Amino acid sequence: MAKVVREIEVQIKNPDGLHMRPAMQFVDTASQFASDISVSSSENVVDGKSIMQMTMLAATHGTKLTIKAQGPDADQAVVALQQLVEVRQFDEGQG
Amino acid sequence: MKISDVVCFGAIIPELQSSDRDGAIKELVGALSKAGALGKASADEISKVVIKRENEASTGLGRGVAVPHIKHNGMKNVVAAIGRSPGGIDFASLDKQPVYSVILLISPVDDPDKHLQAMESIFKHLQRDNFRKFLRQSQTADQIADLIKEADDNPTL
Repeated sequence: MAKVVREIEVQIKNPDGLHMRPAMQFVDTASQFASDISVSSSENVVDGKSIMQMTMLAATHGTKLTIKAQGPDADQAVVALQQLVEVRQFDEGQG
Repeated sequence: MKISDVVCFGAIIPELQSSDRDGAIKELVGALSKAGALGKASADEISKVVIKRENEASTGLGRGVAVPHIKHNGMKNVVAAIGRSPGGIDFASLDKQPVYSVILLISPVDDPDKHLQAMESIFKHLQRDNFRKFLRQSQTADQIADLIKEADDNPTL
């Protein structure tokens, strides 16, 4: 199986930031993919499929995160996660 | 942010009387109220909102811990209460296991960044096996308070 690595930078756009509910949405989306997914802020690198670790990121509005997917569906994974974070804004963006 | 900056040391319950989720939440909110940490917000109102939030999605993230949390417009500061349940509580956790340590967090509405920083601090500690173990084993409020203060300075806790 091809080992693809994809990395993408996203910015948290919803005003309340990455609190627990968005973190759960992120983990739900990430878990749909076979690829390993890590998320890093300027301070931490965490497992994108662990709700406890994602909540620990506590990325505030405006924070930039790097999402790294590694595995057969890495392409689809980063696209889906970018969509969730920046386009849907965890379904709680304003405007 | 340090975890000791948000924990209300007057609202640490080393042995929760309730064995159910809603009762435990009410005990912790009551302790915050008694400690004068709720400002103008009423304990009944806060309990109701926390339980409602918990019904929407459990904050029991597994490994025996739960972190119920809300934002409320009666609050001026971010405050946390800590409760320990030796017998375990059903929190409808993600891993379906009982919860032995509950950290309740109440934040003002208008400072989402501070709320997140408090969550970050709490989860940074809850990630650690030693911290969870010591929290679960602490039998008095003083022991829990010491653990919280030490955890800020000691990354192995």
